[in-house]
Order: sequence, then structure tokens, then C-alpha cells
Amino acid sequence: MRSYRLLLHLYPASFRHEYGEEMAAILARRLADASNPVARAIVGIAAAVETIGNAALVHLDLLRQDLRYIVRTLRRSPGFAAMAVAIVALGIGATTAAFSVTDFVLIRPLPYREPERLVQLWETTPGYSGMELSAPNFRDWIAASRSFESAGVSHSEALTIVTGGEPHRFQGAAISAGVLPTLGVTPLLGRAFTEADDTAGAAGTVMLGYRLWQTEFGGDPAVIGRRIDGQMDIEADTFTIVGVMPRDFHYPTASADFWVTTRFRPDDYVPLERSNNWLDGIARLRPGVTVDQAHAEAQVIMARLREQYPKENKDTGARVVSMREDLSARSVMLLEALSAAAACVLLIACMNLANLLLARGLERRRELAVRTAIGAGRERVVRQLLTESLVLAGVGGAIGIALAIAAVPLLSQLVPQTLPIAASPSIDGRVIGVALLLTLVTGVAFGMAPILRSGAGRDLAALRDGARAGGGRREHLRSALVLGEIAASVVLLVSAGLLIRALLAIQGTNPGFDVDHVLTMRVELPIPEYAPVPMRQAFYDRVLQQVRALPGVRAAGFISYLPISRFRGGIWPVKVKGDTEAAGDVRGANNVAALRFVTPGYFAALRIPLLRGRDIDDGDTRQRPFVAVVSESFAKRYWPGEDPIGRHFDFAFEDRTVVGVVGDVKFRGLERQSEPQAYLSAPQVKDNWITGYAPRALAIRVSGAPLGLAPEVRAVVHGAAPKVAITEVQTLADMVDLDTASRSTQVRVLGAFAAIAFVLAAVGIHGLLSFAVSQRTQEIGVRMALGAQPRDVVRMIVAGAIRLGVMGLVLGIALAYVAARSMEALLAGVKPHDFEAFGAAVALTAVMLIVGTLVPTVRALRIDPISAIRCD
Amino acid sequence: MFHVLVALADEDRHGYAIIQDVAERTGGQIRLSAGTLYRTIQRMLEEGLIVEPRERPAPEDDDERRRYYRITALGTSLAKAEARRLAELVKMARARGIAPERA
Repeated sequence: MRSYRLLLHLYPASFRHEYGEEMAAILARRLADASNPVARAIVGIAAAVETIGNAALVHLDLLRQDLRYIVRTLRRSPGFAAMAVAIVALGIGATTAAFSVTDFVLIRPLPYREPERLVQLWETTPGYSGMELSAPNFRDWIAASRSFESAGVSHSEALTIVTGGEPHRFQGAAISAGVLPTLGVTPLLGRAFTEADDTAGAAGTVMLGYRLWQTEFGGDPAVIGRRIDGQMDIEADTFTIVGVMPRDFHYPTASADFWVTTRFRPDDYVPLERSNNWLDGIARLRPGVTVDQAHAEAQVIMARLREQYPKENKDTGARVVSMREDLSARSVMLLEALSAAAACVLLIACMNLANLLLARGLERRRELAVRTAIGAGRERVVRQLLTESLVLAGVGGAIGIALAIAAVPLLSQLVPQTLPIAASPSIDGRVIGVALLLTLVTGVAFGMAPILRSGAGRDLAALRDGARAGGGRREHLRSALVLGEIAASVVLLVSAGLLIRALLAIQGTNPGFDVDHVLTMRVELPIPEYAPVPMRQAFYDRVLQQVRALPGVRAAGFISYLPISRFRGGIWPVKVKGDTEAAGDVRGANNVAALRFVTPGYFAALRIPLLRGRDIDDGDTRQRPFVAVVSESFAKRYWPGEDPIGRHFDFAFEDRTVVGVVGDVKFRGLERQSEPQAYLSAPQVKDNWITGYAPRALAIRVSGAPLGLAPEVRAVVHGAAPKVAITEVQTLADMVDLDTASRSTQVRVLGAFAAIAFVLAAVGIHGLLSFAVSQRTQEIGVRMALGAQPRDVVRMIVAGAIRLGVMGLVLGIALAYVAARSMEALLAGVKPHDFEAFGAAVALTAVMLIVGTLVPTVRALRIDPISAIRCD
Repeated sequence: MFHVLVALADEDRHGYAIIQDVAERTGGQIRLSAGTLYRTIQRMLEEGLIVEPRERPAPEDDDERRRYYRITALGTSLAKAEARRLAELVKMARARGIAPERA
């Protein structure tokens, strides 16, 4: 019997109070009627079973009833309902969107077998902690190591294949045979690479990415075994398709569409190669080995390699990082800032919602008191209020999730390109689960606030109180909430302001060239066909001559790699007689320059200013002395205060004479320090040497819209070399913009968050004051009747708002400064106490106060003293 | 719900009496559980099909703990309408020879 009474607690309390006794009595009679213990047991069990089922049904009945009631009451106050839903939608939308990216990049395990055992391998030099590996150092490291189960290296590779009669170029990677086993990934079709595929002289093999398989091979399973002719960066070969990778496999980055083998040759392992750092290394830790142990072991191994090769491995160290954590500090900070901002928006939304519900709770105090008085138990009232806030939160949450899904394409700009994951996050069950949880918490927490406050049930005083009931403590709580909203929105406004200032500062940076009116493209001259210099020279001469003859073309030239394009490396050691630092073949911190080969016309095409001497010209052929045009910082570094023209230096295997000095170019990007630059004449290199630097990027300065000229230029190039792939056709301005794309996205996202916060805070102030005015209508009426002037009424309303505003502002500015300090690295030199950003935030807060105060003040002034006094 | 209305058609009854009445009339085929009964009662109260009368039955039958229920005019007309509907259904079935002839 006692257990039955306990079971009755499954029913809603109102139902239990109403019928519990009777139900217990009925069970008692049945038990008494039962003839023997077995029958009694059956009666007892049956009662227990039906109680559980029935209790659920009774709860559903109540829910249905509450929902009907809520729909009815909300229909009576659609403004409140719309407002609450909108607030939740904004809060949940912002948080979900931010979480989807943060989770995707920072939290979620990588899509590989036991990803926690995967590590990234790096070499280090002083001042650079993440340098790629050299082939011989990797080989020796892995051979000596006992920490790794398997390991592999990769480097990016491009493949031009002819499909549909046109050459197309795809990005991919050359991977060693160890990479796929290390990741623990198997192909969707066919087989993975074997060691035999990855040895010098092996026949070419290729694995297709899912996307390439679908787009170029129609998803045909019979593709395995097919042979394709392909042109890679510096060699052509025939590749047998051995496998197709699954759709969600992205390695080393999302842009990889195919994989070939590395097929290192013996000359890739000569000692000089130890300072050629170009390979991405990964490894799988043996079970039980920690990242720290592997890292410590690497120090010992690398110390030995330094002893063995003191020249090539000078100052070289090694580093082992968990693959999950191998992200730039900036990427992490960017996402942390985003998450913090989203949390801020959610917090503001929640405070706003709580305020809204509190106000509504006060308005409905009489209604609730009446309902309690006529017999609705406290539990029923609480339950109903909670259901109401859950319904509002649920609808808002659903809209918020839809908003987040709509925002994903924008947010994908925030995904760093260096991780082996898809390029864009997806809103999946996991993200939606978190969003629903947040919605639930929001609904419960802020449904509870007014319930706890209203003290529904015991509060018969409310009946007597009449409409004057405002409640001092409640006002304080509501004011505190609005204060919090103002402070949080100030933080967001300042942060957004600082990032906008940073973006403007970066976009205002002079890259060293004129980005406007320049058409660029890459002409993927195949090697070995174009390995001999005269072959290339004939191509350049013909193309440039015809392009310059096109209408609207002002200048045109080729270069190895355009500044701020995808490849920003190519840093070589400089040797200058009499300079002790710049004496060897090994790169140091202070003896390097960016190597670029150019044709005549390149500097004019980009409007890089010629400061001294002359440009490279058609006379700088292989038969003439090898010349160089150097950047201003290059000249200052080696010949400070002297005339650099006519000086010699050793660079890229030859002695070069300086014939000109040009302005420095920020080829590494607007936000980064760039090394000095040395430009060499295109033909002044040995046949088949460093063909990766053969000028392939074409820059054309035009008088009109650059892209309009693209078809004609294509025709010219294909006229000179029919089978050459043309890629990356874009304006120079677009290419440079891409450099700040993640930053402008970040500014847009944070700006949107700040705007939401701004509106919500204004709504909060408005709500607080409107409510105060409606609560104090009578008081205001009495004061006016006693002779108070409109001025006094305005002062009464506005004084409170100003007090809140000032307090919120002070708190917000303090917090904003702390936030700004912690994200100083993102600010590109803008100071965390930047006056403009703070000033703008203060001004906007003033606007927010005025907007929020306006309507309630006007309403207070319209109060008619007579009817106000009479109304209760 | 129909069974409860029928049980209350002739007199006010309390919960256990309704269960007993239904069981008697159906020859023990339908034995309402307490939970089902009171859930039904609650809904019927909300829908105004039954009420809890203020006056208690004769003191000798009264049990302080018990709550009695009375059918309302609405409840009566609903019960009648349902009975008519069921009768129509039986008539239709009988016309096709798939229901027993009237005894």
C-alpha cells in the first residue's frame, strides 16, 4: 500500500491531491476483496503497471490543456510572444552558429581512427616553431624513433589532366605509403598505395578524391585500373588509378582532389637536402606513448642529427604536436573571440527574456493570484508558466537553428585551411543537440525566474494590492538585468569596433604595388616539355607581345609567383662577399631573400616603383651577365648607405649583379613581415634547374575592367601552347582581398553580434522603463495633479535610465578593455585602448539610451492626471 | 467514457461504485482501473459532462472521504447521442446479416 502511494507521485500533484486518496481507497478494497496472497499480488502488480502508463497520459492531458491555454493567452499579447521568440531566436542562432564552427575546428575529434594518437611532426629553427620536414631528416628521425607505430609525409602537388578536350588542373598531394595506414583510412574503392608504389622509379599511381571521381569520372566504379596521362608540377607521367577515397576524407587539406606517391629518389636524400624543408609529416603514436614522450625522444634524435650534419642541420630542432592541436594561435583565438561574443549575445538575450517574463509575471500577478485563489494549485500555475516559457523558447530555438544553418556558408570562412577536415562545417545532430539543450536551459531558467519571483500561490496579497504592486526588490533585479545588458553590449560594440579598425588598418596597408586594374592568371607550363629555357623564352616572348597588342593593355609580365598568392615561400640564402652572416649555403635569420624570376614588364604591370637603376629588360639573356633587381630592404640590408647598383651577390646557384632597386612588396600578406626580395631575369638560369620557379604567373595591367580581357588572353596563351592549363584567372584586387577574407568575415560576424546586442539592450531599456511608467501611472498622475511640470516627469523617468546607462557603460568599458587586451594579437597593431572604438561604443550607447527612453517618456507625459488617479 | 456516463445515468455514484457498476453491467469484462477511471473523470469534469454535486447523499450512505459524481444535462445528451449512434451501427450491421438478431 505504501509503495502504491509512492507510485502515485508519478501523477501530477494536482491530480494526486484530487484523486490520490480515492485511488488508494479503491486499491485497498480490491486487495481486501482478493481471496488469497497470489490474487493480492496480481492486483498489486496490475495497479502498479497501470499507474505508470496512466500517469504519463495524465501528464499529456495537462500539457495539452496548458498548450491550449498558452496559445490563447499568447494570442492576446502577440507583441510579447513575437518579442520573446525573436530574442530567443537571435540568442540561440548566434550561439549555434558560433558553436558549429568552434566545435568543428577545435572540439570535435578528427575523422580518423583513434585520432588522439595522431601527431604532426615539425622541424624547428630559432624563431620558427613549425617548419616543414626535409626528406632525409624525416627518414632518419622515423628510423631512430621507437614512439611511432607508423608515419608518413606529404607535400602539395598539382595535376593537369585533359578531360573533355580541355586541360584541367587539380590540387592534390603526393603522399608516402605510410600516410593512409597512419591515418587509419581505407579507400572507398580499390586499394591504398603500397611501399612498391612509393619507391623511386615505380610506375605512376593515383588515388582519386570523391569529388574528382564524381565530377571528372562520373562516379564510375570501373575507373580502377584506368590509366591517365597527367602533368604534375615538374614532371609528366602516366598514372594508373588504384583507388578512390571516401567522400569525407580530406588530407592534408579540404582542397585535395587526388593523391599520388612521393617516389623519393636517392638525390632527395643527399646532405644538402636536409635544409630543404618541404614535407608535412604525420605519425601515429604507439599505444601508451604520450605526445610529450615522443617530443622528448625527438629532441635526442635531432641532437644526434645536428652532430652528424652540423652545417645542414645547424640550429635545427624537432617538435611533435597532437594533430588536433596543430592550429595557429590566431585561428584558436579568433574562434575563442567568436564563441565569447556568441555567449555574450546569448547572455543578453537571456537577460532580456528574463526581464520580459518578469514584467509579464508582474502584469499577470493578479491573474495568477485569482487562479490560485479559485483553486489552481501552485504546482499547476508553475507548470503552466514553465510550459509557456518552454514553448516560447522552443519556437525561438527552432528559428535560431534555422538562422544558424543559413549562416554556415559565411562562417566557413572562419575554418582554417590547414586542418585535414572539410572546408565548411555542417549543422548536424551534434550541433542541433547542443542548440536544443541551450534552448531547454534558456526556457527553464528564464521561465523559473518570474515564478520564483512571483511566489505564485501564496501571494494573495497581490489580489488586494491592485495594480500598484511593483515591488522594490523586483525593480532592482530588473534594473540589474538591464545594466548587465548594457555592459555586455558595450563589450561587443567595443570589440567589433576594434576589429573593424584593425581590418581597416590592414586593408589600408600599402602592399607595395597597385592592386587595381590588374588581370592575373597562372599558365601551368608543363615540365619537362618546357624545362629548356629557350622553350619558355619563346613562349613568353610570343604571349607578351600579343597580349601587349590587345586593346586596353598597358603593361604585362610574368613572374614565378605573384605576391599574396597561394605560394608565399621561396626563401633562399644570399651570399655576399665580406658579410659573415651571409656567407654559406644555409638559410639563417638574416641572410635570406625571396627568389622570383620575372620577365620585362612585370614591375610596370604591378606598378612596383623602380627606385634606382633599371628594370630587367629583353637584353638580360643567358648570354649576358646575370643580373638582379632587388627590393629596397635587400639593398639596405647588404649595402647600407651605399649605392647598390653594380654590386654582386651569390643567389640561386649563380653570381648576380644588381642593376636596379624596386620598392618592397608584402608578398607574404598584408599582416605579415616579408623577407627582402630579389628578382632575377627569367632566362638567366640553367636548363631544367629549379623549374618550380619558372615564371608561370601572368599579370596584365589594363585600362578597363580586368576580367573582360580574360577570353582574349586565354586565346593568346592557347595559341602559343595549346595543351597548357590556365588556372586562377582573377583580378589582383580579388586575390589580395582573399587575404583578408577570414578577417572581414570575423568583423561581419562580430558586427552582427554587436548589432543584435545593441538592439536587445535598447529593447531591454525600453521594456524596463515602459513597465515602470505603466506601474507608476497613478503616482505620476498624482504628482502632475499636485503641480509637477512635464520637466519633472521627464527627469523622473530619464534619471533612472541615465543612471543605468552610466553604470552599464563604466562596467562595460572596463570589461571591454580586458577583452581587448586578451585579443590584442588579433588587432593588427590597433591598441586595445583605441579611442575611436571606445568613443564609438559610448556614442552608440547614448543612442541606445535615447531610443530606449523615448517612447516611455512620451507615454509618461501623455498621462492624464484625472483618469490616472481614478483608474484603480 | 460512455460506460461512466451510463453508470451515472440513474444515480450519483462515487469512484468505486462506478467501477463496480461497469463491471456488473459488462459481466466482469470491463474492469476499470483506478487511474483510468480518474483520468476519465477529470476530463469529463473539464468538459462539463459530469459535476461533483454540493449536496451529499443520505447520511447513512455517506462516506466522508468519498467524492460523488453526477451526470449533467450535457452528459446525458451526449450519452443519448452515443447510444443512438451505436444503435444505428448495429442496425446497419444487422441489415447485412453480420450482427445477431434482436433477442
